[in-house]
Amino acid sequence: MHNPQLDANGELKHLLTIEGLPKRILNQILDTAETFVGVAERDIKKVPLLRGKTVCNIFFENSTRTRTTFEIAAKRLSADVINLNVGTSSQSKGETILDTVDNLIAMHADMFVVRHAQSGAAHFIAQHVPDNISVINAGDGRHAHPTQGLLDVFTVRRYKPDMHNLRVALVGDVLHSRVARSEIHALTTLGVPEVRVIAPKTLLPADVEKLGVQVFHDMKNGLKDVDVVMMLRLQNERMTGALLPSAQEYFKTFGLTQEMLNHAKPDAIVMHPGPMNRGVEIDSSVADGSQSVILPQVTYGIAVRMAVMAILGGGQSAGGIS
Amino acid sequence: MKIHIKNGHVIDPRNNLDAKQDVFIAAGKVAGIGSAPDGFVANQTIDAAGLIVSPGFVDLSARLREPGSDYKATLKTELQAAIAGGVTSLACPPDTTPVLDEPGLVEMLKHRAKLLNLAHVYPLGALTRRLEGKLLTEMNALSNAGCVGFSQADNAMTDTLVLWRAFEYAATFGYTIFLRAEDYYLAQNGVAHDGEIASRLGLKGIPAAAESLAIASILRIAQQTNTRIHLCRISSAEGVELIRAAKKNGVQVSADVSTQHCHLTEMDIGYFNAHANLKPPLRSTRDKSALCQGLKDGTIDAICSDHTPVNDDAKLLPFAEAEPGASGLELLLPLALKWAADNKASMADAIAKITSHPAQILNIAAGDLSVNANADIAIFSPEAEWKVQASQLKSQGKNTPYLGQSMLGQVQYTLLNGQLTFQNNQLESQ
Repeated sequence: MHNPQLDANGELKHLLTIEGLPKRILNQILDTAETFVGVAERDIKKVPLLRGKTVCNIFFENSTRTRTTFEIAAKRLSADVINLNVGTSSQSKGETILDTVDNLIAMHADMFVVRHAQSGAAHFIAQHVPDNISVINAGDGRHAHPTQGLLDVFTVRRYKPDMHNLRVALVGDVLHSRVARSEIHALTTLGVPEVRVIAPKTLLPADVEKLGVQVFHDMKNGLKDVDVVMMLRLQNERMTGALLPSAQEYFKTFGLTQEMLNHAKPDAIVMHPGPMNRGVEIDSSVADGSQSVILPQVTYGIAVRMAVMAILGGGQSAGGIS
Repeated sequence: MKIHIKNGHVIDPRNNLDAKQDVFIAAGKVAGIGSAPDGFVANQTIDAAGLIVSPGFVDLSARLREPGSDYKATLKTELQAAIAGGVTSLACPPDTTPVLDEPGLVEMLKHRAKLLNLAHVYPLGALTRRLEGKLLTEMNALSNAGCVGFSQADNAMTDTLVLWRAFEYAATFGYTIFLRAEDYYLAQNGVAHDGEIASRLGLKGIPAAAESLAIASILRIAQQTNTRIHLCRISSAEGVELIRAAKKNGVQVSADVSTQHCHLTEMDIGYFNAHANLKPPLRSTRDKSALCQGLKDGTIDAICSDHTPVNDDAKLLPFAEAEPGASGLELLLPLALKWAADNKASMADAIAKITSHPAQILNIAAGDLSVNANADIAIFSPEAEWKVQASQLKSQGKNTPYLGQSMLGQVQYTLLNGQLTFQNNQLESQ
């Protein structure tokens, strides 16, 4: 089956999921992102790579944070940006996804950044756009959030450059998390030898070990000697529907406190994709502590999204800007 | 009208016939096999050299979308699809709009089908009013109107007391209950088999246990109430195992599998192909093998198309939002033959699964070529290869996961009540 993300030459055409992308392309994105990290520190925070191009953020599911980082990334590449919160407009009037997309195609957008509550929505849109339009998945259901996965491994690589010698633990709601799936694929593709998931059985998807992870159900053993702790967001609605008894019990069993973190390596870093639920999945003293790299993740997120857009929109390859 | 079908190879599983024989038809009935009745002079001769002459196929589940959903399909388009696929008798589930829970609706459907005179339509009545699982329907009145059994279609029964009483009431009059076994809660909002693929794709899973738990309850109640039960669209290895054991214990149970589930697996979802969004979900390779084996050893009695035409717009959506179901009447024969070829079963075994066995389950006079039986006949080439293309399908529903695939086995002629209704991809004008 043809990988819909790659063109006939095996180059990136859309970014829909990390799964199935070759290591070469992941490294190309990460290396390109390195060249963009410095842009934000300049007086004039712009490069002209996407000048004259139009990037359209189509958010069928509301999000402020992710949409903003995509918007900043596109603007720093000199693109024109259109934001469309479809969740609050057309769809509530009965318009279908394809109607919405067709309208934006007719307005000559060059790149779509798409978020949707249904898994597979980004693939669906990518199948229906003309050849000259690239689709970036900004999160589809529980399936994938590839730029988040990429910015997370970018952050890991910055702090722990020897990816082939790492132990990484993901903690929390893997079942509902597109971030977890993208992180797992990114880490395993880049050769991280040991990826763990730590969660109660109710928050793990079926056959999760087939994704290449080791499963733990307790924090002490799961965190033992890990180099990186990736926390996952736990949404409040998980307390209903018999997945968990209470936020309090969850925090006591799977919350990241300094005491728990001490089971990891002393120089372990702590990550979180945001937005955090302080006191539910992570203790404030850890989130704001010396091992936390949560804010650098946000900064790198812009560089990584710039890299993806530059590669898709401008034929940008590694080491491209000077 | 007298028809002589000559030079064909007759396969009639109920009569254990698998030989080159001529078939003679008079007054809408089979008048003779092998030798012509005295004084037989044919008005029409069909040369079936190189072709198989079989009883017309009997499909245990074909949605015709009437009444209520003619933007998806109409009785006419779907019955034309039926005869193009050699299907001359079909059962339709009661999940129409409105639901088939009133005798008048059933009479209307039977009447409209009869006017079209393309295939025999056997409605399954709703087991409970509006399929809500709360109040019983007037089963006797529905039976008199033409229902051959009672079904909940895809609506699960959550109230076991209602289920128990529905069984008792149906058993009082000897009606068969057709149920697709699925635990409501375990299946709720699920769209794919709960396994590795669903986990990778981030789709909400339906565990195989959703089926096996429901089967276990149904079998237990059927045994206690001495009810005749037909389990529709089995999808899991666990389900096959439970039915096998129940049959050994003398429970009055039969079962079918769809043409999708005996060939496809969760892997066929690929990159979110909405045509692979089916009820029940496509399961693992191990499940598929168990279904094929169950067909072979007789645990599963029949193969059905589970024909469910869906309009394009309802499929042009992200996977989980797309309406489930596949169009299948025209693929019943080639996919039944493929089951036999893939599993070292005979062609006669495949034919039995789509003729005599389903006819017996529906308790209708169909599915065989005995002398004096209705001359409902399918004549097909087992070697003809054709490609599934939306533009070529007669059904209004172009939704099938087999689009673009090659099929082996094509119907050349279909006869209903001794009249040629379909010939070489061209419908005879009515």
